[in-house]
Amino acid sequence: MPGKVITITSGKGGVGKTTVTANLGMALAQHGQRVAVVDADIGLRNLDVVMGLENRIVYDLVDVVEGICRLRQALIRDRRVNELYLLPAAQTRDKTAVSPADMIQVCEQLRREFDYALIDSPAGIEQGFQNAVAGADEVIIVTTPEVSAVRDADRIIGLIEAQEKGPGSLIINRLKPDMVRRGDMLSTEDVVEILAIKLLGIIPEDEAIVISTNRGTPIVLDGRSPAAQALDNIARRIMGEDIPMYQPAREEGFFSRLARMVRGGD
Amino acid sequence: MSAIAKLFKRKQPTSSQVAKERLQLVLIHDRVKLSPDVLERIKDDLVTTISKYLDIDREGLQITLTQNKRLIVDMPLRERSARKRSG
Repeated sequence: MPGKVITITSGKGGVGKTTVTANLGMALAQHGQRVAVVDADIGLRNLDVVMGLENRIVYDLVDVVEGICRLRQALIRDRRVNELYLLPAAQTRDKTAVSPADMIQVCEQLRREFDYALIDSPAGIEQGFQNAVAGADEVIIVTTPEVSAVRDADRIIGLIEAQEKGPGSLIINRLKPDMVRRGDMLSTEDVVEILAIKLLGIIPEDEAIVISTNRGTPIVLDGRSPAAQALDNIARRIMGEDIPMYQPAREEGFFSRLARMVRGGD
Repeated sequence: MSAIAKLFKRKQPTSSQVAKERLQLVLIHDRVKLSPDVLERIKDDLVTTISKYLDIDREGLQITLTQNKRLIVDMPLRERSARKRSG
């Protein structure tokens, strides 16, 4: 069965696309899937450092497209899990080095060799984004509960619908349950109502993400933090499991928080 | 909810409510290239027309354009009078 190519995009920069891509790739591999993660942000590559694989790059996506090496040679194996590979972006070129047709071809190869290929899209709506979605079977849109990010997500949804890549599904990142409760942050319901697409998952704001990125160790490798659990749930939903949605805004009353503190659990 | 509480609430929308309303308005523009200016004129015309028959709350008027291109107008009536002379 051919694998599935999923592009992770957002419109706005800085909402967590790369972190989400790295962690979903890692989580899918932890569940026994064969996974490739692809950095489509040519000239501004980052997926390699987020994953902690920056010292092992030999070839990159542009080398593959230009026929300088074969796909297999450019793929860096992540030794922390069984079947996870990174295809890095070129750092010294720009997005014009790759065309949508090139990407369709690369995706075709990836589909043959992997269960999932996750493509980390650059921010924006220009050629880099067009390249990233060209070969996609599905698109995941990452947003944060802020007006600017939601507005850009809406624009992206319109563009991928125009390309008949479906409406896509939504990940809301960096939700702060306390702020939602106070009425000072858009809630999951607000964002879903405005964007009107399927919700794939909610990731709470979590300082552990910063620490894991500092170390180059995707957070799902140490699966206890709230963000790690949310990311693992999303990976399982991608695999078709029916996992109930994490509801940070609803769960915590005073007593449940107290009970948690007493138990010392997280 | 008492009228006083309602009044208080209207004066103090939470910042997330403000964010949601601003987003809904800006997205109408983004989705169909309708400028905020034209939207305001549509609002005024709607208010003028409907006000001939009903006492409506201009401040509470909400216009939303959904992803699947449906324009939804939510127009609250003022509590006291659901009646008004037809002009």
